[in-house]
Amino acid sequence: MVTVQPATAQPDARGHFGRYGGRFVPEALIKALDQLTAVYADARADPEFIARLNGLLADYTGRPSPITEVPRLSEHAGGARIVLKREDLNHTGSHKINNVLGQALLTERMGKPRVIAETGAGQHGVATATACALLGLQCVVYMGEVDTERQALNVARMRLLGAEVIPVKTGSRTLKDAINEALRDWVTNVDTTHYLLGTVAGPHPFPVMVRDFHRVIGLEAREQMLARYGRLPDAVAACVGGGSNAIGIFHPFIDDPGVRLVGFEAAGDGVDTGRHAATLSAGEPGMLHGALSYLLQDSDGQTIETHSISAGLDYPGVGPEHSWLKDTGRAEYRPITDAQAMDAFQLLSRTEGIIPAIESAHAVAGALRLGPELGPGALLLVNLSGRGDKDVDTAVKWFDLLEEHS
Amino acid sequence: MTARLAPLFEACGADHRAALIGYLPAGYPTVDGSRALLRAMLDGGCDLVEVGVPYSDPVLDGPTIQAASEAALRAGVRLRDVLSVVESIAAAGGRAVVMTYWNPVHRYGVDSFARDLAAAGGLGVITPDLIPDEAQDWLAAAQAHDLDRIFLVAPSSTDQRLAATAAATRGFLYASSVMGVTGARDVVSSAAGTLVSRVREHALGLPVGVGLGVRNGAQAAEVASFADAVIVGSAFVTAAGAGVPGVRALAADLATGVRRHAAQLA
Repeated sequence: MVTVQPATAQPDARGHFGRYGGRFVPEALIKALDQLTAVYADARADPEFIARLNGLLADYTGRPSPITEVPRLSEHAGGARIVLKREDLNHTGSHKINNVLGQALLTERMGKPRVIAETGAGQHGVATATACALLGLQCVVYMGEVDTERQALNVARMRLLGAEVIPVKTGSRTLKDAINEALRDWVTNVDTTHYLLGTVAGPHPFPVMVRDFHRVIGLEAREQMLARYGRLPDAVAACVGGGSNAIGIFHPFIDDPGVRLVGFEAAGDGVDTGRHAATLSAGEPGMLHGALSYLLQDSDGQTIETHSISAGLDYPGVGPEHSWLKDTGRAEYRPITDAQAMDAFQLLSRTEGIIPAIESAHAVAGALRLGPELGPGALLLVNLSGRGDKDVDTAVKWFDLLEEHS
Repeated sequence: MTARLAPLFEACGADHRAALIGYLPAGYPTVDGSRALLRAMLDGGCDLVEVGVPYSDPVLDGPTIQAASEAALRAGVRLRDVLSVVESIAAAGGRAVVMTYWNPVHRYGVDSFARDLAAAGGLGVITPDLIPDEAQDWLAAAQAHDLDRIFLVAPSSTDQRLAATAAATRGFLYASSVMGVTGARDVVSSAAGTLVSRVREHALGLPVGVGLGVRNGAQAAEVASFADAVIVGSAFVTAAGAGVPGVRALAADLATGVRRHAAQLA
């Protein structure tokens, strides 16, 4: 199993994907980013590092994750055949563990004893707390106060794993503010601390490094599709918040021109309501959290507060490589509302016995709309990035509300 | 071209003292209120004011400046208000630079912002999250509109980066005295003196200002003993709670501090 591949043409040596990416951070962090870049370059050329990471991915995470065709769900997709990539079956319940194990090994390699992370839905926080427990690293997770409430189960999981969870009470009290607080911690404690960023955003080298650690999703899926169906899928779908699971499954298909790449963003109450998190659909290029990328911002360059029922997609920025893929036309990005996502959440649960994370339900909802466009017999690969145990409380509230009004 | 701030540092040098630089965000507590507070800083003895651009995601700021920025944004401050505050300072004979995270300038248009700031009488821009490596647009605009570009260095900066950052800087180099975010501290970090010595090896003749943590005259005197400028931010934001008299009194205390070293030398 090959998990770390040589980088393709993007980004350039300074982390630019076309005009996007780069490093828009305080000078105080540059030394640490340079160190991380160098240690990562060294590690990916080190067979021992690769063997250790692959060993963990196989024996600890449970990779490769299977693909599952879902015919009863596909009945609602206009004749297209939907195939799920089952990242929900990974240890800790989402794709996040792929990147976390890679960066945790790099932390060890750098000799840093302390890890900090941000989390939205809590999936990245849980994965980070897990890896820190495994490797004996101190772990602090910043989580917006709003998210600690709507994802209380994951807060408990992180604490069980020995991590300190710090609720962030500034700004919108969601993922964006958790990242701000993690960056403030990092600039203060950078000598002893690695910031284990959980998505393909942030300053170079995070977007390329996190992508590389998640490419395993697409590499496996590509082989699995060829082995089972004898051909590549017609389209690949994924949800996009920061964009880590999407880039992980998209990237190995970028050079396959016959494969459409479609990302589904959180449209909240609807893109036209202003209460959404559909960055690529409604944003403009700007800097947030260290990179130039599409951004939900006002006419003065202030970040706009977002809304999504999904804590993991409730973010006004997006990884710079997605901005580049959008501008070049190689990938397309579409909005999915809270209601559409929750309908798909329920439909997948009832037709296939798979309860998805609400984040991943956005990709399922997108696939149900994309299917009819692709036509009968089309193969549609959907990244089921996480499972929905953490979302049961939200789902109970959502569907009870609907029943009261029906 | 000569730095716009060169006359200030020449005058302070002739007095054998460090310059005193005070920061407050524009629009805090209101746009007019911030005009009065910034005027009070100059009246109290600041040689230069940094007019801060309130920003939604100030990752290099501690709780004091975060809270002030949030309050200013809630009160509706816009970037054009910041420019008008600079204009009123300059019209009254004061020296002002702008301190801003980069996205508001990027959104406004880098060249447009430089043009409008220069027209308002501003002398330069301090850029806490813009490093010279990413600053091609800004360096060109600053050149075109004759503005100083004030970059930051930190205790973690390598010698190579100190040299490269100093080479891109005009006006003065802003040395962060500690690894961390803004906020008043009880003790001036020992890292500050070390950093300034290192900077002087790589930035011959470029004035060096030290910021992050200074809050009173005694600390100002200590920093003034090794730096060309003492920069005070969070302490002024706190003093702004006591209005114009509070800000003027702090400025006067700090102004005495930066002169104490000169008095000892005399």
